[in-house]
Amino acid sequence: MKPYRLAKGGLIDRKQPLSFTFDGKPMKGFSGDTLASALLANGQQFVGRSFKYHRPRGILTAGAAEPNALVTVGQGGRSEPNTRATMQELYEGLEAISQNRWPSLAYDVGAVDGLLSPFLSAGFYYKTFMWPAAFWERVYEPIIRKAAGLGKASYETDPDLYEKCWAHCDLLVIGAGITGLIAALSAGRAGKRVVLIDENAALGAYLLSESSRIDGQPAATFAGTLVAELEDLPNVDLKRATTGFGWYDGNVFGAVERTAGHVAASSGPTLVGRLWRIAAKKAILATGAEERPLVFGGNDIPGVTMAGAMRSYLNRFAVAPGARTAVFTTNDSGYALAADLEAAGVDVAAVIDSRVDASVVYGGKARLVRGGYISDAHGGKAVRRVDLWREGRIERLDVDSVAMSGGFSPVIHLACHRGGRPRWSDAHAAFLAPNGLTDLVLAGSAAGISGLAACAASGLAQAAAALADLGVTTPPMAVPKVEHEYSPQPTKPLWSIPGVKTKAFVDFQNDVHRQDLGLAVREGYEHVELAKRYTTNGMATDQGKLSNVNAIGLIAEARGVSPADVGTTTFRPFYTPVSFGALAGTSHGAQFQPVRKSPLHDWAAKNGAAFVETGLWYRSSWFSRPAEKGWRESVDREVLNVRANAGICDVSMLGKIEIRGVDAAEFLNRVYANAFLKLPVGKARYGLMLREDGFVYDDGTTSRLAEDRYFMTTTTAYAAGVLTHLEFCAQTLWPELDVRLASVTDQWAQMAVAGPKSRAVLQHIVDADLDNLAFPFLAAQDVSLFDGKLKGLLFRISFSGELAYELAVPAGFGESVADAVMEVGKVHGIQPYGVEALNVLRIEKGHVTHNEIDGTTVPADLGLAKMVSSGKRDFIGKHMLSREGLSDRGRPQLVGVVPIDPASSFRSGAHILEKSAAPTLENDQGYITSSCYSPHVGSVIGLALVKRGAARHGEEVTVWNGLRSELTPARLVDPVFIDPVHEKLHA
Amino acid sequence: MASLIPCPHCGSRPKEEFVVKGAAIPRPAPDAGADAWFGYVYLRDNPRGPYDEFWHHTSGCRRWLIVTRDTVTHDIYASRDAAKIGEATP
Repeated sequence: MKPYRLAKGGLIDRKQPLSFTFDGKPMKGFSGDTLASALLANGQQFVGRSFKYHRPRGILTAGAAEPNALVTVGQGGRSEPNTRATMQELYEGLEAISQNRWPSLAYDVGAVDGLLSPFLSAGFYYKTFMWPAAFWERVYEPIIRKAAGLGKASYETDPDLYEKCWAHCDLLVIGAGITGLIAALSAGRAGKRVVLIDENAALGAYLLSESSRIDGQPAATFAGTLVAELEDLPNVDLKRATTGFGWYDGNVFGAVERTAGHVAASSGPTLVGRLWRIAAKKAILATGAEERPLVFGGNDIPGVTMAGAMRSYLNRFAVAPGARTAVFTTNDSGYALAADLEAAGVDVAAVIDSRVDASVVYGGKARLVRGGYISDAHGGKAVRRVDLWREGRIERLDVDSVAMSGGFSPVIHLACHRGGRPRWSDAHAAFLAPNGLTDLVLAGSAAGISGLAACAASGLAQAAAALADLGVTTPPMAVPKVEHEYSPQPTKPLWSIPGVKTKAFVDFQNDVHRQDLGLAVREGYEHVELAKRYTTNGMATDQGKLSNVNAIGLIAEARGVSPADVGTTTFRPFYTPVSFGALAGTSHGAQFQPVRKSPLHDWAAKNGAAFVETGLWYRSSWFSRPAEKGWRESVDREVLNVRANAGICDVSMLGKIEIRGVDAAEFLNRVYANAFLKLPVGKARYGLMLREDGFVYDDGTTSRLAEDRYFMTTTTAYAAGVLTHLEFCAQTLWPELDVRLASVTDQWAQMAVAGPKSRAVLQHIVDADLDNLAFPFLAAQDVSLFDGKLKGLLFRISFSGELAYELAVPAGFGESVADAVMEVGKVHGIQPYGVEALNVLRIEKGHVTHNEIDGTTVPADLGLAKMVSSGKRDFIGKHMLSREGLSDRGRPQLVGVVPIDPASSFRSGAHILEKSAAPTLENDQGYITSSCYSPHVGSVIGLALVKRGAARHGEEVTVWNGLRSELTPARLVDPVFIDPVHEKLHA
Repeated sequence: MASLIPCPHCGSRPKEEFVVKGAAIPRPAPDAGADAWFGYVYLRDNPRGPYDEFWHHTSGCRRWLIVTRDTVTHDIYASRDAAKIGEATP
């Protein structure tokens, strides 16, 4: 007989029926059901196929450790593969699909048990599919991947929302069973800030499944009373459906809250997950204990269930497992189940207790077998019969369901997340949390304590101790009185069971059975970390919650040692899987990273700019005109127009740093390699910043606007880095200097106005006289604009090699000033130009950027040796720059490159070889760092770093591009392609 | 995932607001010699246990700090403003 719903009882709301489907089959459940309990109530205990052998699998647990009942829930972008049916609350219209079967759950072509299974033993992928080697990628792997697996992730975008939050409290309690509820309540009554989290939507944990009475009430009612009082306390925060998944330094806990039970397909984006970081002064882990399976043959057949889970389904969800049940136990908890089953009218065929000397008093009708074992269960898609093994004799029992209890393992995972190792306790027959934890204690069955009253007392004591550490006295609270409890005291663990004939599973999710572990030990993989990887035990998504301790016990037995000597593998976050959505929070799609737009962005857009992302910035690349057939045509026009007339370019994204203080000059003198102490007020200077190891870090101009006030520009890419570097220098190296730094990148809109007619253009809007004598090359001043209507900064600096200026105005005025420059420049032929043209202009002039300042070049390599001050006693980089390797004659040096045939071309990254040398590493002379088509030269040109390049102007070389198999004859030339005597700058 | 850094100016703040630079060692004098400079630029201890590091409160007060952090447990024992580099550890 299949499982069925009892006519009465349970905590389900029978007035609220819910419809759902499983593999398309319509089913009914009630509000308060989980998907698992509703499936069982519909007689559906076979819910999935196993990972490797495709064996039929049923619902094994009623909680987070479930290894078998993994289904895909929901549709489209909202579908959630590998959902544990035991943790999924039922809702109207839920659609669940079974996994890892083809073509259907009932008829699965991958069911290889008995056919291929000899080849799938421990370490099979290291042994079986080794030859021929070429078969691995094309044949074996695709077949194995198709056969083995879990649910499929959707390719559609998750439409829902996630967020991240911090919480702070005096006491965090994880787990809302009797221990956690009592601990939280006593701290709550003391007035402390308490956060109580539990992974289930309903608080109370196993109290909801207990048949014992507490303080004269049903256990679930007692839990409800505690929860109600906690809810009324304003200083207590209850977080339901919130899994604490990790413990981190600073006593910060990670938790994920499922904020919406389910979201209908038609709904708009809904907040479904919240990632919490909870900073707790003290924390209590009241996470309970996990019941251990027993490793008998066929222990994975649908209908074999953990005893505690069967009791949960029976008492909480009013679902009976069948008509006739065998209970196989090593401890007293099996009797509690048997009593409840009998009370519900289920025939208990036998309570089979592995202990010969069990002393428990059982008042029911069921036959009691002492010193007996279930050696094998039989059945295909449902259990039909078990072999009862006793003193070498086998007796057949016809049953339709089997409960097993192999003792309890405290849930100590979080306590081990910071490096502490669990310790085996023979007295508890379990691994307990590490000693010496700080600000975290375990209470109740997580601490190896048995019995409801003892757990409550433990919760009270640990809460009192935690609060005493915070200097708070807790009001006294009585330990509740518990009636009718079978308290499962620890018993000797039962690892290997005698008489087993068929596959006895240890890790259900990864299909690891007892013989796999024996094989691993025999083949030398007996260390627990090796055995884990060799057999894959504990490596599935359940991370061995049910299997690890049994595996350790079996390895210990095979080696003839204690589990203490085997030890455990490492516990790491996350306790249960956390969705990527929750971890990403709001950082996806358009919110993945910030977008930085220049104050001149709208001006560029309305002038036809195409934009390119550079870091977070959107920069205008070029401004196309209707007749132009491609970007190159636009760029060539923009370049030629700058050289002939005037152009305007947005350079707002350059880093801008204002530097003030009595010692600002001295400070600049120490952070730049060249001299800055005597820069006059009203002047700009090109500055070269080195790293402490002597290599060039960044370049830019710094202008002295007043005696104690400077304006520094940096490259766009290094704006943040340079400010941080300067702050390091000012605060850490020379705190005695009076200097203050502020980023003003976003405060100024800055535009380059370049070209022979740029003076004439700007003179229309700048009030001061821009005559070459009045405002010469490298002049830098505060200026008034538009007859005193606006103040700005004007710098006569040039990146293009032309007569050029940079004008900075307050950001909010950027667009209107740029409009005005375009308007007054119309008669002078002004056109906007973008970063592509800017790059062509600077390559033509031989100016370097971070293509050349690539972290491997020193000033001399870039032809800037003369800039480095020899007179300064100290500056950043001075002391390492004199190393002999950095002045070696063979170092790469900046040089220009042009193709011999102007119609041919080369690209950045291509390598330079001597004219007829073979392309080998030994023959490598350097590489092209920057290249572009130069409309001025009439061919592609490049800058390159070439060994002794400065001395090789005129030499014919070969440019080799190995990726494209291109060989281009070229000539090394002076890197300055236009105006080498710099007349235009001073014009 | 977590970690709180106690900033002497802003209080306890999440590590995402900070950037770590590495060992908090003082810069040698200009005339300290090649060996001292080589050590400053390239050589680092790799201790198991407490370690003084420069941390920058980038998304906060933008002060550089010296944070004493345990390289095994990430426990933070002390933090102070980096301008106090010349003074003994409290």
